[in-house]
Amino acid sequence: MAVTEARAASRKTQARRPAPTAPPLRSRLRRGATPWLFLAPALLLFLYFKFIPMAEAVRMSFQEVRPFLGNTYVGGENYAEIAGSSDFGAAVWHTVVLAVATTAGSILLGLALALLLEGQTRSLWFVRSVVFLPVVTAMAVVAEVWRVMYYPAEGGALNSVLGVLGLGPSEFLNSPDSSLASIAFVGIWRGAPYDMMIFLAGLAGVDRVLYEASAVDGASRWRRIWHVTLPGLRPVFAILLTLAAIRGLRVFTEVFLLTNGGPDGSTEVLLTLTYKLGLERNELGVAAAGTVLLFLVLLVLTVASRLRRREVR
Amino acid sequence: MRNETALGLAEARGPWARVLRFVLYTALFMVFAGPLLALMVGAFTPTVDPTQFTLWPDRLSLDNLERAVDRNVLDYLLNSFLVVGGGLALQVLVSVFAGYALARKRFRGSAVVLVLVLATMMLPEEVLAVPLSVLLADLPLLHVSLVGSLVGMIVPVAAWGFSILVMTEFMKEIPKELEESARLDGAGEFRVFWQVVLPLCRPALGVIGIFGFTMIWDQYMLPLLVATDPAQYTLPLALRSLRSDDQVGIGVLLVGAFLAMLPSVLAFLALQRSFIRGLTSGAVKG
Repeated sequence: MAVTEARAASRKTQARRPAPTAPPLRSRLRRGATPWLFLAPALLLFLYFKFIPMAEAVRMSFQEVRPFLGNTYVGGENYAEIAGSSDFGAAVWHTVVLAVATTAGSILLGLALALLLEGQTRSLWFVRSVVFLPVVTAMAVVAEVWRVMYYPAEGGALNSVLGVLGLGPSEFLNSPDSSLASIAFVGIWRGAPYDMMIFLAGLAGVDRVLYEASAVDGASRWRRIWHVTLPGLRPVFAILLTLAAIRGLRVFTEVFLLTNGGPDGSTEVLLTLTYKLGLERNELGVAAAGTVLLFLVLLVLTVASRLRRREVR
Repeated sequence: MRNETALGLAEARGPWARVLRFVLYTALFMVFAGPLLALMVGAFTPTVDPTQFTLWPDRLSLDNLERAVDRNVLDYLLNSFLVVGGGLALQVLVSVFAGYALARKRFRGSAVVLVLVLATMMLPEEVLAVPLSVLLADLPLLHVSLVGSLVGMIVPVAAWGFSILVMTEFMKEIPKELEESARLDGAGEFRVFWQVVLPLCRPALGVIGIFGFTMIWDQYMLPLLVATDPAQYTLPLALRSLRSDDQVGIGVLLVGAFLAMLPSVLAFLALQRSFIRGLTSGAVKG
């Protein structure tokens, strides 16, 4: 009896409930599900092609991976093997050198380009577009063009230019002494115009009143750049530095195509090494350990840069 | 009009400034466009070995082009277009859906989703190559293999954090009133999305369109992992196998590289404004 009474009572309260303040459960559920329905494709794709692979890398890094035979747990052996190998140490060093050289070169050249090409004239607009072309060209194309440009004999395109200047001929990619620098140069050639565009956006945001004030004070052009323009660009520097450092650490395509780590291992970087370990020598567990280590470094850098940016704000 | 630029070079008057500007612009043109122009010239001139790579050809010829067609360059180009067409269509769709939810809905967990999207930008295919090579051959739960088909190059690029963030930022700016008045007129969720919000996002669609195009066209690791046979090569991936030819030497490579450069350069020139807007938007800095 009590149950039916309660039911009747609840039916009554339901009927009495004013519709606009509390919509029926079904439509509330539907509204709650709506954002997730819109997000589902992205989340599923990320799960399959980003997060599961990452988890799989962590799992594989603790195993000896043997296709068809089943994997066996080996603890930290893969980490010990990769961290202890001289190849890995060399690859870390090459990666860091390449990242630092490319980042610094791109930022300095990008800033110079931005200062030289700032302005509203039609010819400037044209030159800026042309200078930007390497950025939109696929890296594989860039690498193949530079392989041809770097032809190490006297008649090679770049060696001809050096010859006019009374230099060379250089071996470029063919000699362990110049191979890493040659790759860094290609990175700068493609990275500087990108940085230029970001700097140009920053330059547009510098207060013109400050320029006028410094002109009234009789400051020279260089003093103005040093004391007004560069301080105004400080946030841009911070962004480009972290962005480029993170990108520099995951360099792969240009090294793979220009030298594939050679000659004599002089340009082996982290990702060409893990690619070779994992996909050519089939040491998947060791390669996965290398992947996880790189991932940890990227994670630390990314979090640090985000925290710093929050401070700047 | 003085004090418009930091250096003051653009507005400097006088013959010396003019000469300086001309020399400077020409030098920059040669440094940054020179190699790409030489590529175009080389594609249409007899260029057997790298010592003949030049901007000033002796004569033109179509030998390279004919030989390149024999070596299936047009098939590789078609593969590239299929991948970029399918990949970009999916990517834009996925991004506008996700951006709509993140920008226009308040729900529990949205902050976590945003962090996850940002995290994916740390995990490009180059970094994930080793586990991806295993997983692409046998997707968990579905037990489908994406290796050896163009589908494997299309589906993984369909969700891209950058595009999602650009769409989210842009959709936040659309006034709430438009949406509310459409709802009062009885429009359902999907109509609000499709007929009210989306048409207002055209500038952002331009941005994610051009960025997505260049991003997918630039893909190298994913095709490298997926392709098992030259029949599946995209043009950038095929270049490595075209480096030499017994008849025209590097001529085939130059044609292939030229054709691989052209679409992204043309797309950039056509949508330059969108490109630069995207470059300087907050999302890049993410």
